[in-house]
Amino acid sequence: MDIVEELLKGNRLALSRAITAIENEYDEAMDIMKKLYPHTGHAFVLGITGPPGAGKSTLTDKLARAYRAQGKTVGIIAIDPTSPFTGGAILGDRIRMNGLTTDEGVFIRSMGTRGSLGGLSHKTADAVKAMDAFGKDIIFVETVGVGQSEVDIVKAADTTMVVLIPGMGDDIQAIKAGILEIGDVFTINKADHDGADKLVREMNMMLDLDGLMTDWRPPIQKVIASQNEGITETIENIEKHFKYISENGILTKRRTERSKNEMLDVLHSNIGSYITKKLVESGKMDEYVEQIKARETDPYTVVSNVMKDMLK
Amino acid sequence: MAKVRVLVAKPGLDGHDRGAKVVARALRDAGFEVIYTGLRQTPEQIAEAALQEDVNVVAMSILSGAHPHLFPKVVNLIREKGMDDVLIIGGGVIPETDIPALKEAGIAEVFTPGTPTGDIVEFIKANVK
Ligand SMILES: Nc1nc2c(ncn2[C@@H]2O[C@H](COP(=O)(O)OP(=O)(O)OP(=O)(O)O)[C@@H](O)[C@H]2O)c(=O)[nH]1
Ligand SMILES: [Mg+2]
Repeated sequence: MDIVEELLKGNRLALSRAITAIENEYDEAMDIMKKLYPHTGHAFVLGITGPPGAGKSTLTDKLARAYRAQGKTVGIIAIDPTSPFTGGAILGDRIRMNGLTTDEGVFIRSMGTRGSLGGLSHKTADAVKAMDAFGKDIIFVETVGVGQSEVDIVKAADTTMVVLIPGMGDDIQAIKAGILEIGDVFTINKADHDGADKLVREMNMMLDLDGLMTDWRPPIQKVIASQNEGITETIENIEKHFKYISENGILTKRRTERSKNEMLDVLHSNIGSYITKKLVESGKMDEYVEQIKARETDPYTVVSNVMKDMLK
Repeated sequence: MAKVRVLVAKPGLDGHDRGAKVVARALRDAGFEVIYTGLRQTPEQIAEAALQEDVNVVAMSILSGAHPHLFPKVVNLIREKGMDDVLIIGGGVIPETDIPALKEAGIAEVFTPGTPTGDIVEFIKANVK
């Protein structure tokens, strides 16, 4: 099967195989991406992040249904943590989205973080592009947590929605720096639980104190995802944000920044793996490691010399 | 780097998935990526999830007795979708006498209650393509 040709024709298995090539860093992935790239740039990418169990997948399911009702096609990338000890993972986001599985206009792919987070954001961005080239109108990227790693992954998104829930106690203090930066739209899910209004007040206060430098004030919407409540309003918020960034040149700026990061990512990972491969093949790797261990040299000197040798 | 991806699925109308969850955790601990979809999956849902997730293995479990009908159905749908290499295994409450027919239908191995999860892991490692 010619993966690219079939993918562009709408073959779902080809899309699936392309994402596998990206995830596993097969040699052919680079070639696939080269050929898909001209077909990308049409999809709207929505990042959804928040603490574990906040209802991100339930919400994704409901939002996806609403977009489907508008006739739009949907791609979903759901990322869950890989165990650092075993390398295994349980990817359980589909449980909340089973109703979408047999809808031909929806394609859901689960991914494990698989160790390197830098690698993950790069792979996520490429998986998004594969879905974009396939012709998806809207692509959701669900990631758990609110930390630096998610900030990187979320860079693949045009609009980022942060999902919070009442009763997080002091947790909200811990994560607030991160969320204020990345949240374009806030969702207070599980509004059927006590404390939703209190959380809305706290969030508003934090946004006031933050004295945001832009004229976009992130809206805060109470939602009960499991009961499909607040979904219409959430979609309106997402669309308002998209309109705002489109009209103010922010979308173009974000996408330019993204293109630059993509290029640098590819550059770094290719140069890195090229040099590593050369070092391993020539046996120099072991030699250098021994010398460093014996304190005959140091990592900095080694790297300077390697760079002088290889990047002339 | 490639990783073995396994869809753990519960076709049919079973009321609980404790066994499937135990297997899912054991497979994760063996270093596999386990896609877990929960209870009450139709064969079409299982096959389509297998395609979208590009899994190497589909592991199904049934307690209700619907396996003679549902297991082969899933095999056929997966093959129809062009996924020829997927290793498909089954488990649950399955009488010995039913096993030859299931294997004939394309279920690579059948694990009955009491099988140590380690055996399932070993079988997958030895047979996954
Ligand atoms: N009470 C209540 N429960 C909800 C609501 N939305 C989701 N849930 C439940 O919360 C639990 C977690 O939901 P998920 O959608 O899996 O949450 P998640 O954020 O995707 O979880 P992870 O991906 O594991 O981090 C499930 O049992 C949902 O049914 C809600 O609005 N109210
Ligand atoms: Mg989830």
